[in-house]
Amino acid sequence: MTTGHAGTAVPGAERGGAPLLLGVRHHGPGSARAVRAALEARRPRVLLVEGPPEADGIIALAGEETMRPPVALLAHAADEPGRAVFWPLAGFSPEWVAVRWALEHGLPVRFMDLPAAHALALGDEDGAGGSDENSNGDGGGAALGDEGGGANGDEDGDGAEGGGPRSTDGSVRVDPLAVLAETAGYDDAEEWWEDVVEHRAARAGSDPYAPFAVLGEAMAALREQHGTGGGRREHRRDLIREAHMRLRLREAVREFGAGGVAAVCGAWHVPALAAQARATDDRRLLRGLPKLKTEITWVPWTHRRLARRSGYGAGITSPGWYGHLFASPDRVVERWMTKVARLLRDEDHGVSSAHVIEAVRLADSLAAMRGRPVAGLAETIDAVRAVMCEGSDVPLALVRDKLIVGDVLGEVPEGAPAVPLQRDVERQQRSLRLKPEASERELDLDLRKETDAARSRLLHRLRLLGIDWAVPARSRTGSTGTFRESWRLRWEPELAVRTAEAGVWGTTVESAATAKAVSQAAEATVLAEVTALAEHCLLAELPGALGVVMRALADRAALDADVGRLAEALPALVRSVRYGNVRGTGSAALTDVAQGLAERVCVGLPPACSGLDADGAERMRGHIDAVHRSMALLAQAGAERPPATAEASPPESQDAADAAHGVDAPAAGANDARGDGAGSDIRTRWRSALRRLATRDRIPGLIRGRCVRLLLDEGRLTHKEAARLMGLALSPGTAPPEAAAWIEGFLGGGGMLLVHDERLLALVDGWLSSVPEDAFKDVLPLLRRTFAEFEPGVRRTVGELVRRGGLSAATATGGAFDGPGGVGGQAAQLRPVRPGFGHGLDAARAAAVLPTLRLLMPELVTEAGPEPGTAGGQPPPAPPPHPADGAHRPERTDQKGHADREPGATDRESETDDEEAPV
Amino acid sequence: MTDSSGGFEAAPSALRPHAEDAFAEELRALAAADDRPRPARWRLSPWAVCTYLLGGELPGGTVITPKYVGPRRLVEVAVSTLATDRALLLLGVPGTAKTWVSEHLAAAVSGDSTLLVQGTAGTSEEAVRYGWNYAQLLAEGPSRKALVPSPVMRAMAEGGTARVEELTRIPADVQDSLITVLSEKTLPLPELGEEVQAVRGFNLIATANDRDRGVNELSSALRRRFNTVVLPLPESAEAEVEIVARRVDQLGRSLELPSAADGTAEIRRVVTVFRELRDGVTADGRTRIKSPSGTLSTAEAISVVTGGMALAAHFGDGVLRAADVAAGVLGAVVRDPASDRVVWQEYLEAVVRERDGWKDFYRACREASP
Repeated sequence: MTTGHAGTAVPGAERGGAPLLLGVRHHGPGSARAVRAALEARRPRVLLVEGPPEADGIIALAGEETMRPPVALLAHAADEPGRAVFWPLAGFSPEWVAVRWALEHGLPVRFMDLPAAHALALGDEDGAGGSDENSNGDGGGAALGDEGGGANGDEDGDGAEGGGPRSTDGSVRVDPLAVLAETAGYDDAEEWWEDVVEHRAARAGSDPYAPFAVLGEAMAALREQHGTGGGRREHRRDLIREAHMRLRLREAVREFGAGGVAAVCGAWHVPALAAQARATDDRRLLRGLPKLKTEITWVPWTHRRLARRSGYGAGITSPGWYGHLFASPDRVVERWMTKVARLLRDEDHGVSSAHVIEAVRLADSLAAMRGRPVAGLAETIDAVRAVMCEGSDVPLALVRDKLIVGDVLGEVPEGAPAVPLQRDVERQQRSLRLKPEASERELDLDLRKETDAARSRLLHRLRLLGIDWAVPARSRTGSTGTFRESWRLRWEPELAVRTAEAGVWGTTVESAATAKAVSQAAEATVLAEVTALAEHCLLAELPGALGVVMRALADRAALDADVGRLAEALPALVRSVRYGNVRGTGSAALTDVAQGLAERVCVGLPPACSGLDADGAERMRGHIDAVHRSMALLAQAGAERPPATAEASPPESQDAADAAHGVDAPAAGANDARGDGAGSDIRTRWRSALRRLATRDRIPGLIRGRCVRLLLDEGRLTHKEAARLMGLALSPGTAPPEAAAWIEGFLGGGGMLLVHDERLLALVDGWLSSVPEDAFKDVLPLLRRTFAEFEPGVRRTVGELVRRGGLSAATATGGAFDGPGGVGGQAAQLRPVRPGFGHGLDAARAAAVLPTLRLLMPELVTEAGPEPGTAGGQPPPAPPPHPADGAHRPERTDQKGHADREPGATDRESETDDEEAPV
Repeated sequence: MTDSSGGFEAAPSALRPHAEDAFAEELRALAAADDRPRPARWRLSPWAVCTYLLGGELPGGTVITPKYVGPRRLVEVAVSTLATDRALLLLGVPGTAKTWVSEHLAAAVSGDSTLLVQGTAGTSEEAVRYGWNYAQLLAEGPSRKALVPSPVMRAMAEGGTARVEELTRIPADVQDSLITVLSEKTLPLPELGEEVQAVRGFNLIATANDRDRGVNELSSALRRRFNTVVLPLPESAEAEVEIVARRVDQLGRSLELPSAADGTAEIRRVVTVFRELRDGVTADGRTRIKSPSGTLSTAEAISVVTGGMALAAHFGDGVLRAADVAAGVLGAVVRDPASDRVVWQEYLEAVVRERDGWKDFYRACREASP
């Protein structure tokens, strides 16, 4: 290239004598405009474009009406869709403009870069030699990004962005633009380029070739000084590519004559293409290159992906702005400000025309002060912020997102070859023996089997991609174990379309699902969404996405002030932790997030519980129950948590997952101390939160009662203490509905406790008897709800105990109450009595009832007849459970018998009550 | 930032000379070296005003000290705003050098930073428009002689830069009297049947505190007349620690507290806590946290540390320790007893507890928390 005189690259100098070499900046709207002008002026007979020659066959599609940029040429290894290269083209890309121009004028278009077959194979070779950036675990997306950068983004010198790979000798690729910008006194290469090329090219009307001449000279000078600008690896690669381009160029010149050939390529390559090199040398360079079988197609692209920050190496930060520059015939800033104003108005910001005027003035004056020829993006952003956004960056973020980057989605005609994702789906369907059938069928999977696990993964991933071929179904076998999954499968034609659409996300099912999950995590607004996503990622086994999702989850959880939502998210998360452990997926990150979430719940719960209304308290009780269960699981998970070995790097996660099954147990053992510490720590916190709730006055009774119960069940509260709290809650100072709510909270979901703890039963009983009549009607529904939940057997036993009286005999706490309990207490002072039984039988009173009873149930009473006599002086033995004894009746009637007899109570019951009442 | 004035020696006469006097030498040198176009009645070109504020070296070798340490972009927008004869509104939390910037802008642009209206709840319309000398008024009836011009009116007549401090503290009806001034650039004098028209070069710089609640929000009509520049809090923790340490040192000397050089560690800690809570993310950028309702400005960090110094000097062993600042930090963070307490506790448990070497601070904070 040292022999290359810039002069030969300048078509203006030897018109007709040399091919027209148009050095451009990829995605540069100014370049695009200049290219069109130059083509119009030269009217060549063939167009060569930098890009994979494999695409020659599908170039005609670019001329179709339904093809709408941004689109990308995608080449991938035929048998391995994950290995792919993209050549993105926006509407304002010089290459696209040139291709369209050529197709409109009926010119043949040829791509002249190194064939993708070699590029992919070479990339692979390099990857193996250097660090393995292509196989690191960021899923396909990152690997593709690197490839895209290497293949496309570096030529014109935006090396900074294509520069993911470092050369082996450690030198970093020189960014020619940065060098030029620095020479010109600019900090930012992009800004410099805008000033000297994008903004000026439009006006340089006189000589259409001038911009290319100047740029070619600059590049030649740079190349002379910096060599090829890169380390050994890039150097070699550039040499090969340029050799190939020269050969193609020579071919075209032979065919159409030098004057009839125009070539569009990165400005960086222009000096090399213009250089005089021997064809034999070029061929020798290309000999023996590794090769892969590849396929190529067009895929729709988005502006967002053109943007640099989306992770695709080659890119530009502001495709929307560039699109605007390209599309606006004049008054660029004015039109832009109007667009911004319209956008802000749509979002309910008060932006008037006066704002637009002032913003334009400020932008112009800023540009003047900064010494720039026209207001560029930086000036317009500053002006919009100061004038339209009141200095705030929040509305500005919207402008950045919607306008500067933009929402544009490209379209590809239907005739384009199948996207690799489709192929990958088909391949997996074949290998997993899951035929797409139009008829519906059910599928039960046993996740312990390898094939079934793989099937499950595929189905989950497809669901994540919105390809609803299978929906989870309720298992026919009724088994709900962790190892079983049931699906309903049905392939509909529109799913093919969905697959094609999902092709935007990636080339393989896994990479696409990963990319989509990552983007969903970024967009999700509600915590529960992210939690669900995390669960989904685990099910679909997407280790590449899990990290990002976890981060999003931790962030959302940290900012979410609603403890209810946190509490909602926790159970699913803890389930995921457990599930991850079952499958052996590394879920240490998950455990950390769950722990963090649990901690936040512990801190935030007490304040969140005060001052709730009845519905709120009810909801919160549900949350507390769910969280309580999760806390236990979490503490366990913390204890079982495998050490770092389980956090295997993603590419090998499949193996690691299998291996982890084996090592899980010993690993857990080794880790026990630490894990247990963490686990019990969080449980201690949770208990202290519960204790605070249980003892605080402003907390609704329902929640207080529930917390006392949970603590009691865990053995963290003695029965004595529980009785004291219950006594407090049921003391006369408490409004009856509040007390009833306490009881509901305390007894909810099981009354066995009352059967076993006489003191508690006595307290409830005593309180109930003391409720004034008018208040009783208010508490009745609550109590009924509480007791209706009990098991019939429990209800019966409780009823019997109450009926028998003598409650609270042993506690003496009930002494303050009126009613049978209180009286029983008095009796206890006379002589000890077995809990649950009355103090002997009042034979005289019993005898008085007998005649009536005999009339009603002759056989029973004859049996019972002798009893009074035998049992006279001592407590009766425990009666055998009576089959007839109201198992079918809600026991509540027993309870209430004291205060408000229900008509539903049977005679027998009433009579016993009668007997008891005066005791 | 807030106290950059402390770095410059004051003229012997005044306790604190005006910017145009204190930096007269620099302004003169800039004016001499400045060959760029100047807007009407500007003492310097916009470019030179930027240089004056941000500092630099002139071809002659004169060094211009930086008056404002912060993003260049903001200063450029502010100066451009004034050059397009739009009014400038400087927003920011307390202690972000709004007043300081406004004074220096006025000094550099108009050579006079004294046309100042201090906004308070009691600021009346006379302070914005004009008042009367009642003795004159009674003796001679309404006349120009009996008129007492406000700083704004004088700036209009002279083509200078008027400054309004704490614009949002001024009652809404008084604020609105600025609308005519800013849009029509004229001030009618109905009593005299005259008006005062603004001379070219007139402009207005207002400052307002954007975190303060319970103030008089600007009407959208008035807001529209301003270009807004938000002055940020110090960008790096180091810069903030430096500001706090320097200011605390000055305050401590005036209060005759013993100097505690080894207090830097505590200052760093306070600044870290404030920054993390303010930004809603830990310094390593890995954990998100909630932000409390308070401002947590640099100025507050200064007062927390000063309070801690006093505690250490009078009741402690003279060395600033975690326990001395814990109560102050708690008071600054927990402004709203309900929500902020949760924020603070979450922060303590999730961040402070885990951090290496912060055990003492964690314990002190736990003890300080009720």
